[in-house]
Amino acid sequence: MALLPAPVIELLDAALVADLTVIGRDGRPLTHPLIPFWDGERILMTSSALFSRKVEHIRRDPRVAVSVVDHDGLTTPLPGRATIQGMARIVEDDPHVTWERVLPLWRAKEPVIDRFLKMRFALPLFFERAIIEVTPTRSLYWPDGDATKTPLDAVVEVA
Amino acid sequence: MDLATALGKLKAYPYANLFWQDDAGMPLSVALEGFSVDVENARVSLPVPGGEAVRVPSDRAVGLISGHIRRQPGIGYDERRYVELWGRAHVDGGRILFEPTEAWGWDEAELPFMEYSERGVEQAFRYFGGLSARFGHAMRPRLQIGWLLFRATRLPFLSATLVPVLLGIAVAARQGTFDPLLAVLTVVGAAAVHLGLNVSNDVFDDVLGADRLNYTPTPYSGGSRVIQYGLLTRREMALLSATFYGLAIAIGLVLVAMTRSLELLAIGVLGVIVSLGYTAPPLKLVYRGLGEFAVALGFGPLMLVGAYVVQTGHVALEPVIASIPVALLVALILYVNEIPDRPADEAAGKRTLVVRFSPEIVRAGYLAAAAIAFAVIVVGVVAGVLPWPTLLALAAVPLAVQVYRGIGQTSYAYGLMSVMATNIKLHVVVGALLVVGYLAAIAATALGLAASL
Repeated sequence: MALLPAPVIELLDAALVADLTVIGRDGRPLTHPLIPFWDGERILMTSSALFSRKVEHIRRDPRVAVSVVDHDGLTTPLPGRATIQGMARIVEDDPHVTWERVLPLWRAKEPVIDRFLKMRFALPLFFERAIIEVTPTRSLYWPDGDATKTPLDAVVEVA
Repeated sequence: MDLATALGKLKAYPYANLFWQDDAGMPLSVALEGFSVDVENARVSLPVPGGEAVRVPSDRAVGLISGHIRRQPGIGYDERRYVELWGRAHVDGGRILFEPTEAWGWDEAELPFMEYSERGVEQAFRYFGGLSARFGHAMRPRLQIGWLLFRATRLPFLSATLVPVLLGIAVAARQGTFDPLLAVLTVVGAAAVHLGLNVSNDVFDDVLGADRLNYTPTPYSGGSRVIQYGLLTRREMALLSATFYGLAIAIGLVLVAMTRSLELLAIGVLGVIVSLGYTAPPLKLVYRGLGEFAVALGFGPLMLVGAYVVQTGHVALEPVIASIPVALLVALILYVNEIPDRPADEAAGKRTLVVRFSPEIVRAGYLAAAAIAFAVIVVGVVAGVLPWPTLLALAAVPLAVQVYRGIGQTSYAYGLMSVMATNIKLHVVVGALLVVGYLAAIAATALGLAASL
């Protein structure tokens, strides 16, 4: 089990939006704002088939970073900021249903998702999704959110 | 998005998240506050992050992202927007100087989520293509069969059929003729031809490209999109349409056999021709600015008089007069629904009335047609053709006024959605009130309250 520092997990649990940085086709980094979930071992994100270029990038190069930096996008106010580096894996055996295992975590952060899901016939492609599973390898944490100070740098232990 | 716009937007955000690949090749990012933006010289000055672990490189690509969401406790969030820039960075005078060369982003206030999603459909196709290649079998998006048929047939639009058919039956009933079996067969047959039309319209709009070019579909316009989304193939849709037409033709022939009416046969043949020719070559009526006429004819006189003939065996003046307001109002549904489709229709060479005329003429045309629809009811009553309780339909005038005002305010698809819904309601309410008017007249006659209402 990968162990992230507790304050970083607290940030992930509170975040409605995180920046996922992937490596693009030409080797340049590209960032996508997504809603993150922590399942106790990995960071989970999902991507609709409509916006799946990031999935192609990850399949080609699984190195990613996830940063929680927007204080307005936290469900509970926390002063810190964090960036987590890791290796991503795409789970997409059946894009129609596989992602639904993330639904309980998603529902907890964004209850309105159930209303959208009931209208699935109106947004069919939005609900064809891949799971992006990030296994953390390192975290950088700024306790007061001020990145001009040196971050707490932790190599993630695997228990 | 151009650089100046992106930099202008960046100014409004409280932080800037710089990202790059670190020396080990891993993506890395650090969020900084206290930055300043020089839009004119396309530069962003940021404080230097603390510590060697986040030393910003000057020898490789660096990106910068910032964004905003508004929390909605107990719901989720909205007001999504972000801006992303990409370029090079170096340390200059104790600050990081970031010089972007490219920018992109999204603001849902400027590009609504539905349109943003629609612009991703091509990517979704690429995604499923790749998935199919990897798994070694065809993979495509899915919907439950019930919802798929609901979507593919555009089932809620059946109100356009129910109104004229039920009114035609009511007109016949007032004249003392009502056969419930014939009435049921009429409703099912007319519904089948309508569903066949909806599906074939999607097939031919896909062939001719109009639906593919439309990035702002709504529940009322832009087609069912099941082909564009890969939920059904064009072939499957063609088969579905043929099934509905087959059912409609079979029921039509049964009705002709039961009523022995050549007039009904003529109405049925004309109905199928107008229905198929609505989008299908060589007629392509809707592409020639004749869509409203075809819809008015099909969902007005043909359906209403047809339903009347099924019951009585002959054509008469009263159902023709009763069909005029219904025909005009159903044509106005198409007319208003074409307003947001104007750019895509124009690009696909679909010369609808809305494409042909200026927005001012289109709006005036709406007013004129709606006014004539209500005027025909009044004149019909005054002339003694329609029973006076049908004047109840005038209660729907405020809905027409609402639509007229609405189409003057915006032509943007998502801004027009409530107007399009009100316009459909107008047709249904007028139709329902005309039927109620006829039922009241029948009841009054039956009760001996009036010799002839």
